[in-house]
Amino acid sequence: MLYLALFISFFKIGLFGFGGGLAILSLIQMEVESHGWMSEQEFVDIVAVSQVTPGPIGINCATYVGYTTAGIWGSVVATTAIVLPSLIIMLSICRAYFWMNKRFANSPYFTQTLRMLRFTVLGLIAAAALLLIQPTTFIDTTSWIIFAFVAFFTILPNFIKKKEESRLSTFNFQLSTILSHPILLIVLAGIAGYLIYAPA
Amino acid sequence: MFFQLFLTYLKIGTFTIGGGYAMLPLIQREVVERKGWIDEEEFLNMIALAQAAPGLIAVNSAIFIGWRVGGWKGVCGAVLGAVLPSFFIILAIAMIFTEWKELPAVEAVFKGVRPAVVALIAAPLVKMTKSVLCQHSGRCSVSETVYLLIPIAAALLIWLGHVNPVWIILATIIITLCSIWLSSYRSSK
Repeated sequence: MLYLALFISFFKIGLFGFGGGLAILSLIQMEVESHGWMSEQEFVDIVAVSQVTPGPIGINCATYVGYTTAGIWGSVVATTAIVLPSLIIMLSICRAYFWMNKRFANSPYFTQTLRMLRFTVLGLIAAAALLLIQPTTFIDTTSWIIFAFVAFFTILPNFIKKKEESRLSTFNFQLSTILSHPILLIVLAGIAGYLIYAPA
Repeated sequence: MFFQLFLTYLKIGTFTIGGGYAMLPLIQREVVERKGWIDEEEFLNMIALAQAAPGLIAVNSAIFIGWRVGGWKGVCGAVLGAVLPSFFIILAIAMIFTEWKELPAVEAVFKGVRPAVVALIAAPLVKMTKSVLCQHSGRCSVSETVYLLIPIAAALLIWLGHVNPVWIILATIIITLCSIWLSSYRSSK
Protein backbone atom coordinates (compact mmCIF):
# COMPACT_ATOMS: atom_id res chain seq x y z
CA MET A 1 0.00 0.00 0.00
CA LEU A 2 2.88 2.32 0.87
CA TYR A 3 4.51 1.44 -2.46
CA LEU A 4 1.31 2.40 -4.27
CA ALA A 5 1.10 5.72 -2.41
CA LEU A 6 4.75 6.46 -3.24
CA PHE A 7 4.17 5.55 -6.87
CA ILE A 8 1.08 7.77 -7.21
CA SER A 9 2.76 10.74 -5.49
CA PHE A 10 5.92 10.68 -7.55
CA PHE A 11 4.04 9.95 -10.78
CA LYS A 12 2.03 13.11 -10.08
CA ILE A 13 5.23 15.07 -9.42
CA GLY A 14 6.72 13.85 -12.71
CA LEU A 15 3.52 14.60 -14.61
CA PHE A 16 3.05 18.17 -13.38
CA GLY A 17 6.67 19.09 -12.83
CA PHE A 18 7.11 21.79 -15.44
CA GLY A 19 10.20 23.97 -15.42
CA GLY A 20 12.87 21.67 -14.03
CA GLY A 21 14.44 20.98 -10.65
CA LEU A 22 13.71 24.09 -8.59
CA ALA A 23 10.10 24.34 -9.78
CA ILE A 24 9.52 20.68 -8.87
CA LEU A 25 10.56 21.31 -5.26
CA SER A 26 7.25 22.83 -4.15
CA LEU A 27 5.37 19.86 -5.66
CA ILE A 28 7.60 17.36 -3.86
CA GLN A 29 7.26 19.29 -0.62
CA MET A 30 3.45 19.34 -0.80
CA GLU A 31 3.23 15.60 -1.51
CA VAL A 32 5.80 14.57 1.06
CA GLU A 33 4.38 16.74 3.82
CA SER A 34 0.73 15.85 3.19
CA HIS A 35 1.66 12.17 3.64
CA GLY A 36 3.86 12.97 6.64
CA TRP A 37 6.81 11.21 5.01
CA MET A 38 9.26 13.93 5.93
CA SER A 39 9.58 17.07 8.07
CA GLU A 40 10.55 20.43 6.52
CA GLN A 41 13.89 20.07 8.17
CA GLU A 42 14.58 16.71 6.56
CA PHE A 43 13.34 18.11 3.26
CA VAL A 44 15.80 21.02 3.36
CA ASP A 45 18.60 18.62 4.30
CA ILE A 46 17.94 16.44 1.27
CA VAL A 47 17.80 19.50 -1.02
CA ALA A 48 21.19 20.50 0.42
CA VAL A 49 22.57 17.03 -0.27
CA SER A 50 21.14 17.19 -3.81
CA GLN A 51 22.91 20.46 -4.50
CA VAL A 52 26.33 18.97 -3.74
CA THR A 53 25.89 15.52 -5.31
CA PRO A 54 25.64 14.68 -9.01
CA GLY A 55 22.37 14.26 -10.82
CA PRO A 56 18.98 15.92 -11.18
CA ILE A 57 17.37 17.17 -7.94
CA GLY A 58 14.10 15.37 -8.73
CA ILE A 59 15.80 11.96 -8.94
CA ASN A 60 17.75 12.65 -5.76
CA CYS A 61 14.62 13.58 -3.81
CA ALA A 62 12.64 10.61 -5.13
CA THR A 63 15.41 8.16 -4.24
CA TYR A 64 15.88 9.62 -0.77
CA VAL A 65 12.19 9.86 0.14
CA GLY A 66 11.59 6.35 -1.23
CA TYR A 67 14.40 4.93 0.88
CA THR A 68 13.46 6.65 4.14
CA THR A 69 9.78 5.70 3.85
CA ALA A 70 9.95 2.17 2.42
CA GLY A 71 13.56 1.00 2.07
CA ILE A 72 15.44 0.12 -1.08
CA TRP A 73 12.34 -1.02 -2.99
CA GLY A 74 10.67 2.24 -2.00
CA SER A 75 13.47 4.19 -3.65
CA VAL A 76 13.19 2.04 -6.79
CA VAL A 77 9.41 2.63 -6.94
CA ALA A 78 9.65 6.41 -6.36
CA THR A 79 12.45 6.93 -8.88
CA THR A 80 10.67 4.87 -11.55
CA ALA A 81 7.44 6.76 -10.89
CA ILE A 82 9.02 10.21 -11.34
CA VAL A 83 10.63 9.17 -14.67
CA LEU A 84 7.61 7.36 -16.15
CA PRO A 85 5.45 10.41 -17.11
CA SER A 86 8.49 11.95 -18.84
CA LEU A 87 8.95 8.75 -20.83
CA ILE A 88 5.34 8.67 -21.97
CA ILE A 89 5.01 12.39 -22.77
CA MET A 90 8.49 13.05 -24.13
CA LEU A 91 8.30 10.01 -26.43
CA SER A 92 4.99 11.17 -27.87
CA ILE A 93 6.45 14.65 -28.32
CA CYS A 94 9.50 13.17 -30.07
CA ARG A 95 7.37 11.13 -32.43
CA ALA A 96 5.19 14.18 -33.18
CA TYR A 97 8.29 16.32 -33.70
CA PHE A 98 9.93 14.02 -36.24
CA TRP A 99 6.63 13.16 -37.90
CA MET A 100 5.16 16.66 -38.22
CA ASN A 101 8.55 18.26 -38.74
CA LYS A 102 8.10 20.68 -35.82
CA ARG A 103 5.01 22.32 -37.31
CA PHE A 104 3.10 22.03 -34.04
CA ALA A 105 5.79 24.02 -32.27
CA ASN A 106 4.57 27.16 -34.08
CA SER A 107 0.95 26.86 -33.00
CA PRO A 108 -0.07 29.72 -30.66
CA TYR A 109 -1.78 27.18 -28.39
CA PHE A 110 1.59 25.56 -27.80
CA THR A 111 3.87 28.63 -27.60
CA GLN A 112 1.53 30.80 -25.57
CA THR A 113 0.79 28.07 -23.01
CA LEU A 114 4.50 27.49 -22.54
CA ARG A 115 5.06 31.21 -22.12
CA MET A 116 2.42 31.47 -19.40
CA LEU A 117 3.75 28.35 -17.68
CA ARG A 118 7.14 30.05 -17.40
CA PHE A 119 5.49 32.81 -15.36
CA THR A 120 3.71 30.26 -13.16
CA VAL A 121 6.98 28.43 -12.58
CA LEU A 122 8.50 31.60 -11.08
CA GLY A 123 5.69 31.52 -8.52
CA LEU A 124 6.26 27.84 -7.76
CA ILE A 125 9.93 28.46 -7.03
CA ALA A 126 9.13 31.46 -4.83
CA ALA A 127 6.61 29.31 -2.95
CA ALA A 128 9.20 26.55 -2.45
CA ALA A 129 11.48 29.10 -0.77
CA LEU A 130 8.70 30.75 1.28
CA LEU A 131 7.42 27.39 2.56
CA LEU A 132 10.88 26.62 3.91
CA ILE A 133 11.16 29.79 6.01
CA GLN A 134 10.17 28.11 9.26
CA PRO A 135 11.36 28.22 12.86
CA THR A 136 12.98 24.82 12.28
CA THR A 137 15.16 26.05 9.41
CA PHE A 138 15.74 29.64 10.55
CA ILE A 139 16.59 29.13 14.20
CA ASP A 140 18.18 32.50 15.03
CA THR A 141 19.66 35.73 13.57
CA THR A 142 22.77 33.87 12.41
CA SER A 143 20.51 31.88 10.06
CA TRP A 144 19.34 35.12 8.45
CA ILE A 145 22.92 36.35 8.10
CA ILE A 146 23.86 33.12 6.29
CA PHE A 147 20.73 33.48 4.12
CA ALA A 148 21.61 37.09 3.20
CA PHE A 149 25.24 36.19 2.48
CA VAL A 150 24.36 33.30 0.15
CA ALA A 151 21.58 35.26 -1.60
CA PHE A 152 23.94 38.22 -2.14
CA PHE A 153 26.69 36.13 -3.75
CA THR A 154 24.22 34.23 -5.92
CA ILE A 155 22.64 37.40 -7.28
CA LEU A 156 25.91 39.35 -7.62
CA PRO A 157 27.10 38.08 -11.07
CA ASN A 158 23.87 39.37 -12.66
CA PHE A 159 24.91 42.91 -11.93
CA ILE A 160 28.64 42.73 -12.50
CA LYS A 161 28.26 41.23 -15.99
CA LYS A 162 27.23 44.58 -17.47
CA LYS A 163 30.65 46.22 -17.47
CA GLU A 164 32.69 43.34 -18.78
CA GLU A 165 34.99 45.57 -20.87
CA SER A 166 37.69 46.56 -18.46
CA ARG A 167 40.17 44.01 -17.23
CA LEU A 168 39.57 44.63 -13.58
CA SER A 169 35.86 43.96 -13.81
CA THR A 170 36.46 40.77 -15.82
CA PHE A 171 38.51 39.60 -12.91
CA ASN A 172 35.77 40.68 -10.53
CA PHE A 173 33.25 38.85 -12.66
CA GLN A 174 35.23 35.62 -12.57
CA LEU A 175 35.75 35.94 -8.87
CA SER A 176 32.05 36.52 -8.33
CA THR A 177 31.07 33.53 -10.51
CA ILE A 178 33.35 31.31 -8.46
CA LEU A 179 31.94 32.72 -5.24
CA SER A 180 28.40 32.28 -6.52
CA HIS A 181 28.90 28.56 -7.10
CA PRO A 182 26.24 26.67 -5.09
CA ILE A 183 28.62 23.93 -3.92
CA LEU A 184 31.13 26.40 -2.52
CA LEU A 185 28.37 28.39 -0.82
CA ILE A 186 26.89 25.25 0.79
CA VAL A 187 30.29 24.08 1.98
CA LEU A 188 30.99 27.53 3.47
CA ALA A 189 27.59 27.56 5.19
CA GLY A 190 28.27 24.08 6.56
CA ILE A 191 31.64 25.17 7.98
CA ALA A 192 30.01 28.26 9.49
CA GLY A 193 27.30 26.05 11.00
CA TYR A 194 29.87 23.71 12.51
CA LEU A 195 31.90 26.57 14.01
CA ILE A 196 28.86 28.35 15.41
CA TYR A 197 26.55 25.57 16.58
CA ALA A 198 28.77 22.57 17.36
CA PRO A 199 28.96 21.85 21.09
CA ALA A 200 32.48 22.56 22.31
CA MET B 1 24.10 1.82 -29.52
CA PHE B 2 22.48 0.94 -26.20
CA PHE B 3 25.86 0.76 -24.49
CA GLN B 4 27.26 3.86 -26.21
CA LEU B 5 24.31 5.95 -25.10
CA PHE B 6 24.35 4.36 -21.67
CA LEU B 7 28.03 5.12 -21.15
CA THR B 8 27.76 8.68 -22.51
CA TYR B 9 24.89 9.53 -20.18
CA LEU B 10 26.52 7.68 -17.30
CA LYS B 11 29.50 9.99 -17.72
CA ILE B 12 27.31 13.09 -17.95
CA GLY B 13 25.20 11.97 -14.98
CA THR B 14 28.19 11.23 -12.78
CA PHE B 15 30.02 14.47 -13.38
CA THR B 16 27.32 17.13 -13.25
CA ILE B 17 26.42 18.59 -9.95
CA GLY B 18 23.45 20.89 -9.53
CA GLY B 19 20.74 19.38 -11.70
CA GLY B 20 19.41 19.55 -15.23
CA TYR B 21 20.58 22.97 -16.39
CA ALA B 22 24.15 22.23 -15.34
CA MET B 23 24.00 19.12 -17.54
CA LEU B 24 23.16 20.93 -20.78
CA PRO B 25 26.67 22.20 -21.67
CA LEU B 26 28.10 18.73 -21.01
CA ILE B 27 25.42 17.07 -23.11
CA GLN B 28 26.20 19.52 -25.90
CA ARG B 29 29.91 18.75 -25.81
CA GLU B 30 29.42 14.97 -25.78
CA VAL B 31 26.48 14.57 -28.12
CA VAL B 32 26.96 17.43 -30.61
CA GLU B 33 30.70 18.07 -30.68
CA ARG B 34 32.32 14.74 -29.84
CA LYS B 35 29.92 12.12 -31.17
CA GLY B 36 28.15 14.25 -33.77
CA TRP B 37 24.86 12.42 -33.11
CA ILE B 38 22.76 15.55 -33.67
CA ASP B 39 23.59 19.03 -34.99
CA GLU B 40 23.53 22.37 -33.18
CA GLU B 41 20.06 23.38 -34.39
CA GLU B 42 18.52 20.09 -33.37
CA PHE B 43 20.19 20.41 -29.99
CA LEU B 44 18.51 23.79 -29.44
CA ASN B 45 15.15 22.31 -30.48
CA MET B 46 15.81 19.48 -28.06
CA ILE B 47 16.30 21.92 -25.18
CA ALA B 48 13.07 23.69 -26.06
CA LEU B 49 11.12 20.42 -26.11
CA ALA B 50 12.81 19.08 -22.96
CA GLN B 51 11.77 22.24 -21.12
CA ALA B 52 8.28 22.20 -22.57
CA ALA B 53 7.51 18.66 -21.45
CA PRO B 54 6.86 17.99 -17.77
CA GLY B 55 9.46 16.15 -15.74
CA LEU B 56 13.18 16.45 -15.28
CA ILE B 57 15.06 18.26 -18.02
CA ALA B 58 18.03 15.88 -17.88
CA VAL B 59 15.75 12.86 -18.30
CA ASN B 60 13.73 14.51 -21.08
CA SER B 61 16.88 15.32 -23.03
CA ALA B 62 18.10 11.73 -22.58
CA ILE B 63 14.80 10.48 -24.01
CA PHE B 64 15.00 12.78 -27.05
CA ILE B 65 18.60 11.96 -27.91
CA GLY B 66 18.14 8.27 -27.16
CA TRP B 67 15.12 8.12 -29.47
CA ARG B 68 16.81 10.13 -32.21
CA VAL B 69 20.01 8.09 -32.14
CA GLY B 70 18.95 4.57 -31.26
CA GLY B 71 15.15 4.19 -31.06
CA TRP B 72 13.72 2.24 -28.12
CA LYS B 73 17.04 0.73 -27.12
CA GLY B 74 18.64 4.14 -27.24
CA VAL B 75 15.96 5.59 -24.95
CA CYS B 76 16.50 2.79 -22.39
CA GLY B 77 20.28 3.24 -22.48
CA ALA B 78 20.28 7.01 -22.18
CA VAL B 79 17.64 7.16 -19.42
CA LEU B 80 19.33 4.45 -17.34
CA GLY B 81 22.66 6.20 -17.77
CA ALA B 82 21.20 9.54 -16.66
CA VAL B 83 19.32 8.15 -13.65
CA LEU B 84 21.50 5.36 -12.20
CA PRO B 85 24.52 7.38 -10.94
CA SER B 86 22.44 9.74 -8.82
CA PHE B 87 20.19 6.87 -7.73
CA PHE B 88 23.08 4.85 -6.28
CA ILE B 89 24.88 7.87 -4.83
CA ILE B 90 21.77 9.10 -3.02
CA LEU B 91 20.88 5.59 -1.89
CA ALA B 92 24.31 5.29 -0.27
CA ILE B 93 23.98 8.74 1.31
CA ALA B 94 20.47 7.94 2.58
CA MET B 95 21.74 4.76 4.24
CA ILE B 96 24.60 6.58 5.97
CA PHE B 97 22.70 9.78 6.69
CA THR B 98 19.82 8.08 8.54
CA GLU B 99 22.47 6.74 10.96
CA TRP B 100 24.47 9.94 11.26
CA LYS B 101 21.91 12.69 11.45
CA GLU B 102 21.54 12.44 15.21
CA LEU B 103 25.23 13.28 15.72
CA PRO B 104 25.60 16.80 17.19
CA ALA B 105 28.38 17.76 14.75
CA VAL B 106 26.30 16.75 11.70
CA GLU B 107 23.28 18.58 13.10
CA ALA B 108 25.44 21.71 13.60
CA VAL B 109 26.63 21.62 9.99
CA PHE B 110 23.06 21.31 8.73
CA LYS B 111 21.89 24.18 10.94
CA GLY B 112 24.27 26.35 8.91
CA VAL B 113 23.37 24.77 5.58
CA ARG B 114 19.56 25.04 5.81
CA PRO B 115 19.22 28.84 5.44
CA ALA B 116 21.82 28.67 2.63
CA VAL B 117 19.62 26.18 0.76
CA VAL B 118 16.59 28.46 1.04
CA ALA B 119 18.71 31.30 -0.38
CA LEU B 120 19.89 29.06 -3.23
CA ILE B 121 16.27 28.33 -4.14
CA ALA B 122 15.14 31.96 -3.93
CA ALA B 123 18.09 33.87 -5.41
CA PRO B 124 18.00 32.43 -8.97
CA LEU B 125 14.53 34.00 -9.26
CA VAL B 126 16.18 37.36 -10.08
CA LYS B 127 17.89 35.97 -13.16
CA MET B 128 14.91 33.83 -14.13
CA THR B 129 12.46 36.73 -13.95
CA LYS B 130 14.77 38.72 -16.19
CA SER B 131 15.01 35.89 -18.70
CA VAL B 132 11.24 35.36 -18.75
CA LEU B 133 10.61 39.05 -19.42
CA CYS B 134 13.50 39.56 -21.84
CA GLN B 135 13.23 37.14 -24.76
CA HIS B 136 16.16 35.88 -26.82
CA SER B 137 16.87 39.17 -28.60
CA GLY B 138 17.51 41.03 -25.35
CA ARG B 139 14.47 43.23 -25.83
CA CYS B 140 12.70 43.46 -22.51
CA SER B 141 8.97 43.81 -22.69
CA VAL B 142 7.55 46.34 -20.27
CA SER B 143 3.92 45.59 -21.07
CA GLU B 144 4.40 42.00 -20.01
CA THR B 145 5.41 42.94 -16.47
CA VAL B 146 1.65 42.73 -15.81
CA TYR B 147 2.02 38.97 -16.11
CA LEU B 148 4.24 39.01 -13.02
CA LEU B 149 0.95 39.03 -11.12
CA ILE B 150 0.71 35.33 -12.08
CA PRO B 151 3.79 34.19 -10.12
CA ILE B 152 2.88 36.48 -7.20
CA ALA B 153 -0.63 35.03 -7.02
CA ALA B 154 0.69 31.48 -7.47
CA ALA B 155 3.27 31.88 -4.71
CA LEU B 156 0.72 33.34 -2.28
CA LEU B 157 -1.85 30.62 -3.05
CA ILE B 158 0.69 27.85 -2.40
CA TRP B 159 2.40 29.49 0.56
CA LEU B 160 -0.57 30.86 2.50
CA GLY B 161 -3.46 28.90 0.99
CA HIS B 162 -1.60 25.57 0.83
CA VAL B 163 -3.06 25.03 -2.63
CA ASN B 164 -1.42 22.09 -4.39
CA PRO B 165 0.81 23.44 -7.23
CA VAL B 166 -0.77 20.85 -9.55
CA TRP B 167 -4.02 22.87 -9.58
CA ILE B 168 -2.17 26.09 -10.37
CA ILE B 169 -0.37 24.49 -13.31
CA LEU B 170 -3.62 23.02 -14.62
CA ALA B 171 -5.36 26.40 -14.22
CA THR B 172 -2.59 28.17 -16.15
CA ILE B 173 -2.87 25.70 -19.03
CA ILE B 174 -6.68 25.77 -19.18
CA ILE B 175 -7.02 29.56 -18.87
CA THR B 176 -4.39 30.19 -21.56
CA LEU B 177 -5.91 27.69 -24.00
CA CYS B 178 -9.42 29.10 -23.45
CA SER B 179 -8.32 32.71 -23.90
CA ILE B 180 -6.51 31.93 -27.18
CA TRP B 181 -9.52 29.97 -28.40
CA LEU B 182 -11.87 32.82 -27.44
CA SER B 183 -9.80 35.51 -29.16
CA SER B 184 -9.43 33.46 -32.35
CA TYR B 185 -13.17 32.70 -32.25
CA ARG B 186 -13.97 36.41 -31.93
CA SER B 187 -11.65 37.46 -34.72
CA SER B 188 -13.08 34.82 -37.07
CA LYS B 189 -16.58 36.15 -36.56
